Amino acid sequence: MLRHALELASAWAVPLLVAGIPLFALARKVKVYPAFVEGAKQGFETAVRIMPPLVAVLVALGMLRASGALDLAARALGPLTGRLGIPAPVLPLLLVRPLSGGGALGVVGDVLRSEGPDSYAGRLASVMAGSTETTFYVLAVYMGAVGITRYRQALPAALLADLAGFAASVLVVRALFS
Amino acid sequence: MGAILAVLFAVSVAAAAVNGRMEALTGAVVQSAQQAVALALGLAGVMALWLGLMKVAEEAGLVGLLARAARPLLRRLFPEVPPDHPAMGAMLMNLSANLLGLGNAATPFGLEAMRRLEELKPAPGPASDAQALFCAMNTASLQLVPATVIALRAAAGSRAPAEIIGATLLATSCSIVVAVAAAKGLRRLYPGPPAQGGPADRPPPSPPGGAGGGASPC
Repeated sequence: MLRHALELASAWAVPLLVAGIPLFALARKVKVYPAFVEGAKQGFETAVRIMPPLVAVLVALGMLRASGALDLAARALGPLTGRLGIPAPVLPLLLVRPLSGGGALGVVGDVLRSEGPDSYAGRLASVMAGSTETTFYVLAVYMGAVGITRYRQALPAALLADLAGFAASVLVVRALFS
Repeated sequence: MGAILAVLFAVSVAAAAVNGRMEALTGAVVQSAQQAVALALGLAGVMALWLGLMKVAEEAGLVGLLARAARPLLRRLFPEVPPDHPAMGAMLMNLSANLLGLGNAATPFGLEAMRRLEELKPAPGPASDAQALFCAMNTASLQLVPATVIALRAAAGSRAPAEIIGATLLATSCSIVVAVAAAKGLRRLYPGPPAQGGPADRPPPSPPGGAGGGASPC
């Protein structure tokens, strides 16, 4: 039941938004085309902006794989994390996600390419990345903007939320896609 | 991040030396760098489409509509913020923009919200409960359509790039519930600023350095 509803939502979300947003905007007398073009420009800027962090992370991951270090780590940690439902290629995401958005994208891209986007690992990495944030960056920007250096419960709460996001991703992906 | 990268690079070189794979390592360095650029360019198309649509949605006032819908909920989450205070409006706009995946557009609202919440504090100092909760909610990444991930999946040749929307929504709901519960539940462990809204004639809170050691990594 829930599974069916979520499949339906996933299938319809993008088409409905693509058709619905411009129609809604037209009804509101918004100049749709210029607005779209202006927003789309940001898309390219984003792609260019994430290139440097992507280079750093993908080179690091490529080196880890080619050197055999990843195999070693996977053999050491595999039995433990495998039982938790986290395949070895997804492991780096848990470390990188709270620290760097571009870095996390790099890990996800790496998993999607090496394991396939429609594999369990590929879906899990996608959901994990989509349901968590670059915690340290967000806190630094928001708190720093008003000169706060003592974050109080914000940091533990944010990290617990990341942990919950990771755990929930495993449960949800297992329940929905297997 | 820099330290992590340096360690990863060093570990790789050491492992390659032990395994006798130095040449493969050299090849991987060059190849990975090229792949990174190809990946970023593969993202560009879907990102452009999505941010274009989001800009249209923003100009059509969808952000404002969402904000109005979320007002009753926010009132309950931030009882110490007066409902008609500008901080409330800025937080609503920020959370709505995040929900729509506007990312960059959400940040200015968020910073404005933090500034307004700061005004509610009797004196500068550690984050108020409202500021901590607001930040924690922001790090839980609540959004309707994870556009970047979908773009990545499309670039990787997925049969159904958007099929993770439902799953992501479920997982991120869990993380935001935990963020709110933890921010509310843990507040007593961390000494805060003097009680909000109260007169400033009470003695200042105990000196810093108490139970608030958790903030050190920042």
